[in-house]
Amino acid sequence: MNIQKIIEQLPYSEPFIFVDELLSVSKESITGTYTFKNDLFFYEGHFKNNPVTPGVILTECMAQIGLVCFGVYILKEENISEKSTFALSSTEIDFYLPVYPGEKVFVISEKIYFRFQKLKCKVKMLNAKDEVVAKGTISGMILKRE
Amino acid sequence: MNSEEIYRLLEPIIKTYLPEDVSAKEINRDSDLTRELNINSAHLVDIILDIEDEFNIEFKNEDMESLRNVNDAISLIQQKISA
Repeated sequence: MNIQKIIEQLPYSEPFIFVDELLSVSKESITGTYTFKNDLFFYEGHFKNNPVTPGVILTECMAQIGLVCFGVYILKEENISEKSTFALSSTEIDFYLPVYPGEKVFVISEKIYFRFQKLKCKVKMLNAKDEVVAKGTISGMILKRE
Repeated sequence: MNSEEIYRLLEPIIKTYLPEDVSAKEINRDSDLTRELNINSAHLVDIILDIEDEFNIEFKNEDMESLRNVNDAISLIQQKISA
């Protein structure tokens, strides 16, 4: 499956899409990138006069690339309906470094298993210096879209 | 392995995934895993995978369809270990 097609099939749009580009994908893993633009809406309040990317947004970015983009590919490979998507069912993420406005991050997700409609992945986020920003596990269940 | 022995190994697995507002005392052989014990579908998968490890068996997608309560799980496990 064409890598660009995966992004086109995502159910997100601005201001809540946190995927710029996918670099590689296979049945075992996916790698993608996102650059946190300076003018993103949440920087105004998180924090007062001190913009730092919220952990929930880092988690969202990890889930959009590491679970949902990955899931689009896996569903296609397994010939499961394009009308299906993955709904987040659980996250367990540790954070190590702050991500400031303008930073580019890389998300790498490795499949732990895909069984009984559940996809569980080991996901990590690296910054442009190749330092680990966050890592943990993210799981989702297949959900049929109407 | 008889069903009593299976139940003894199965109960702690189910207990791990019970939501906080459901007491372990509510687990019995007729308990409906999702409707009565309030286990969500993602945790139901975790239970199946733990059962596979505990009993060294493998479940198929079709097996999930006949799995509603604790007794269903016990009979599925019995079928698989004797197969």
